[in-house]
Amino acid sequence: MATTAEVRTGADLTAPVRPIRRPLLARMWRERWMYVFMSPGLIFFVVFKYIPLLGNIAAFQDYSPYLGFQGSAWVGFHNFTRLVTDIDVGIALKNTLIISLLQIVFAFPAPIALALLLNSVLSGGVRRFVQSVVYLPHFIGWVIVIAIWQEVLGGAGLVSTVLQNNGMHALDFMTNPSTFKELITAQVIWKEIGWGTIIFLAAITQISPQLYEAAVADGAGPWRRLWHVTLPGMVNIIVLLLILRLGSVLTVGFEQILLQQPAVGADAAQVLDTFVYYRGVLGGDWGLSTAVGLLKGVVGTLLVVGANRLAKRAGTEGLF
Amino acid sequence: MAERAVRPPWMEKPSALTQTGKTVILIVLTIVMLVPFIYVLAVSFSSPQDVRGGGLILFPVHPSLGAYSAVLAGGVVSKSLLVSVGITLVGTAASMALTVLMAYGLSRTKEVPGSRFVLILVLGTMLFGAGVIPNYLLVKSLGLLNSYASLILPGIISAFNLVVVRNFFMSLPRELYDSARTDGASEIKILLTIVLPLSKAVIAVISLFYAVAYWNDYFNALLYLNDTTKWPIQLVLRQFVLQGSPITDATANTTAAQQPPAQSVQMAIVVLATAPILLIYPFAQKYFTKGVLTGAIKE
Repeated sequence: MATTAEVRTGADLTAPVRPIRRPLLARMWRERWMYVFMSPGLIFFVVFKYIPLLGNIAAFQDYSPYLGFQGSAWVGFHNFTRLVTDIDVGIALKNTLIISLLQIVFAFPAPIALALLLNSVLSGGVRRFVQSVVYLPHFIGWVIVIAIWQEVLGGAGLVSTVLQNNGMHALDFMTNPSTFKELITAQVIWKEIGWGTIIFLAAITQISPQLYEAAVADGAGPWRRLWHVTLPGMVNIIVLLLILRLGSVLTVGFEQILLQQPAVGADAAQVLDTFVYYRGVLGGDWGLSTAVGLLKGVVGTLLVVGANRLAKRAGTEGLF
Repeated sequence: MAERAVRPPWMEKPSALTQTGKTVILIVLTIVMLVPFIYVLAVSFSSPQDVRGGGLILFPVHPSLGAYSAVLAGGVVSKSLLVSVGITLVGTAASMALTVLMAYGLSRTKEVPGSRFVLILVLGTMLFGAGVIPNYLLVKSLGLLNSYASLILPGIISAFNLVVVRNFFMSLPRELYDSARTDGASEIKILLTIVLPLSKAVIAVISLFYAVAYWNDYFNALLYLNDTTKWPIQLVLRQFVLQGSPITDATANTTAAQQPPAQSVQMAIVVLATAPILLIYPFAQKYFTKGVLTGAIKE
């Protein structure tokens, strides 16, 4: 194959310039450096992203780390039937769904509102200042964020001390199980409201100024322009992000919740991901927790793919 | 978001009421975001007499470096800071090298046979992951438990960051590559001397994303490191501030009389765990929008 390629290219040197399709191996040899560049990364993805998928067979075993995959007994779908009857799985699922719902209702629209507000601020200097302030918490890790919140809102924190100094009761927002879900939603808003505006602000800058001019000519005030020009210009990206958010409804801030669960207890703060960690890695029930993780992964993937379909049907471009 | 020299007709000054409303919201927002940081910073520099009174401290009246000298005197905190700095530097450098190389390798899927398949493998990992337990079992079977490599290798390339860099490379003008190739330049030379110098913005943003991720990570360390002396700063912060371990364990070489207030020591740890991010933040900030939005371009 390579020989014929050489012969042909040799002949083509004297022939008039004409696009030729080289044989596969010749093209691959020509691009050999590209393969060298991508191979370390490819090895990473295969070893650390694809091979672990095989580890999910533990969901069909009475898995024990000492016996390994080969030594552990196969139990078919036993782990999945246990999962259905396990009370803690039910609690974790319920908490996950409630927290997701709270975040979709409150944390999702927050950056949209802030983007609209920032867009309406006329002074570029003020806007840039506010942006650099509100982007910042996005880069602060959860351990730090929660430490700061505890220092301000915890039992010995700023708010409690000020209340006590003024003769009122101390309020500990950080260890109250009944308001835990609202608390973590507030934390998510605090951390991500600013960063979330970037994509919406970009959508707003794509709106043609002529639309605003036309609206002004028709006598539309600021609110009408917001409703009839700005929001319609953002609706594509809003629908897309909302549908993708719905697709990841089973995933809620694992790192954030894991850190705070000891303070409020599992009944309020167990979600599917923390359940897998506690029951599996710490509790040693590998089979059951792998089954929960696998089921969550499969349902989550189906939801995202389905959500993407929906996004396309809704007239947006979708994500893939 | 471009600054307009002349204010367009639809951007007339709003009514006084709207203007006041907006100003109030923005001021409240700024306070809610900034005051906690200022308060933490002030407490960390406060002397015992400042802290004893309690209440809102925005400026230490009797500033003291006691908390910092206690935690930086060579105990657990200093060790963990060194670990975190090391992991962040090595990890970010390794991640950037692998990400840039692979992004470049995948930037001409039409011409490089098979590279579209590799790209699909990469994109697939954005859809599904194996979950905590299979990952743990893999790291265990590779013999990486309790090693610093376990904090870097499992997440050395982020598919999202890779796609952002790749899209940026693809947005560069085609002629640049073609003319260099006609001149007989090797791919590595094109990457180093033509592509990278034009990609400073995306390199800056993606390095920041990686560095922040390594610096803030605690879960990999919690999962893979049994040896607490190897812990990074975030786990030490969790131990002394969130879990309330006795603060004397965090301070070295101090007698009880010299002991700074526990609250100040805790906040000093918070400040030390935040400082590196605050130091890089202003430099990378101007590239944020560009970095985030190039990733949004569809394949």
